[in-house]
Amino acid sequence: MRTSIAMQSFFRIRATPRPMEIERKLEDGLVSLMRETSTRLPRDVMNALKSALEGEDSDVAKAQLRALIENSELAAEERIPICQDTGTPSFYLDLGEDFPVRILRPLIETAVRRATEEIPLRPNAVNPLTGRNSGDNTGRFVPILHYDLVQGDELTVRFMPKGGGSANTSRLRMLSPGLGLRGVMKAVVDTVLEAAGKPCPPIIVGVGVGGAEDYAMKMAKKALLGPIDELNPDESVAKLEKMLLSLLNELGIGPMGLGGRTTVLGVKVEWAHRHPASLPVGVVTMCWASRRGMAHFSSDGSYRISMP
Amino acid sequence: MAEFHLRTPISEETIRKLSAGDLLHISGTVVTARDQGHRRALELAQKGQELPMDLDGLVVFHCGPIAKEIEGRWRIFGAGPTTSARMEIFEAEFIEKTGVKVIIGKGGMGERTTRAMKEHGAVYAAFPGGASVLATKAIREVKGAFWLDLGTPEAMWVFEVEHFGPLLVAIDSYGRNLHRDVYSEASGILEKIVKKIESLDTLG
Repeated sequence: MRTSIAMQSFFRIRATPRPMEIERKLEDGLVSLMRETSTRLPRDVMNALKSALEGEDSDVAKAQLRALIENSELAAEERIPICQDTGTPSFYLDLGEDFPVRILRPLIETAVRRATEEIPLRPNAVNPLTGRNSGDNTGRFVPILHYDLVQGDELTVRFMPKGGGSANTSRLRMLSPGLGLRGVMKAVVDTVLEAAGKPCPPIIVGVGVGGAEDYAMKMAKKALLGPIDELNPDESVAKLEKMLLSLLNELGIGPMGLGGRTTVLGVKVEWAHRHPASLPVGVVTMCWASRRGMAHFSSDGSYRISMP
Repeated sequence: MAEFHLRTPISEETIRKLSAGDLLHISGTVVTARDQGHRRALELAQKGQELPMDLDGLVVFHCGPIAKEIEGRWRIFGAGPTTSARMEIFEAEFIEKTGVKVIIGKGGMGERTTRAMKEHGAVYAAFPGGASVLATKAIREVKGAFWLDLGTPEAMWVFEVEHFGPLLVAIDSYGRNLHRDVYSEASGILEKIVKKIESLDTLG
């Protein structure tokens, strides 16, 4: 009996790839995810830019949109980043309970350093106390990792390299709950007006309603991982997204804040139950170069990149 | 709307010919400066010290490029504009102290910069934000890199550019400011949008 267990575990060890090998594949997969995401504009965003171009009357607005489209086509062709602001590296991880590698931070850091060198990316990690740039996109708590533990033996990694311009115009508002959903909508419109041309419009707006002061922002940002050409499966949320999109485009801020019909390409809303005393509204503005990508890793380390 | 091709150094007389809405193409020397570059330049000026190069008549580009040194030479893999509004706290004084004639950026700048441009004869020219690949095509040569201790995004890069553009004159030297005009109009529209929201009856 004892022998048989020993034999089994002996064979199991022989049958699965050695941890080093899985880690090497993981690292390669992550570098490749970062390359694809940084150089290819998601199809839904490209389509939205193209239909925005058809809807604009002003020559200035059209010229801006044409430049963004041409720029993104060239980036994909030449395999170089769409924008020189290659963002703060943020990863959303769905870690399967039986995925063999558990400690992912050191591995992701190595992948970020490699991607920074190989693609190349702009080093965007600055120590706020000393002003020093680490030079390789890693530092204290950076890359930013969000973990969710899920069932199964796979790892899904979603990468969102968000630029600083559109990070700066994101806002958290803690509303009086008495203001209700109307208050939420006004908070979104106020934020987009205040942002004006700064976050590189046409933007995509992520909204997180409820939860708590930190969680509203997290939901708002994570909502931006979703496609802008699909409505929210929840009908009442879909309705809110549609209303907000149409109201925001009445502002007339337009591409690059130079006027026009297209200020916002899409609105994505996420929500959580709230405390009776609080109505947090997180509004995360995302530049037109809304880069997002996904990689699925099997338990043996083999991977598949899926680009939206 | 007119189109101009400017070559550095640019004179005040040339700047005064430009109006908001005109298109520019620029050839010659363009120098990058963003938050830390502006800050250091003004600190040096305050101490009466000189900048690494004379910016009089030149072009400043709000840009933190993707730059990589390959076999001893700097190569640029992306150099689009960054959000100019962050430099609003420095720009009026920067224009006054350096004599720079064109500021390239994106997203617009505020009242103090607009007044300084009127007073000293300078324009703000917008390039589409995020269009980094297009902007980089105009760069012929990296002629210098100063203040690399600030990190490559914040360093002062000296680019030789050819036919950089089209850039849209968004602030001219007569006080016109296109981004401000759009923002004022949008602020007016906000009231109408708020009324619409308040009249929605299906909401909680």
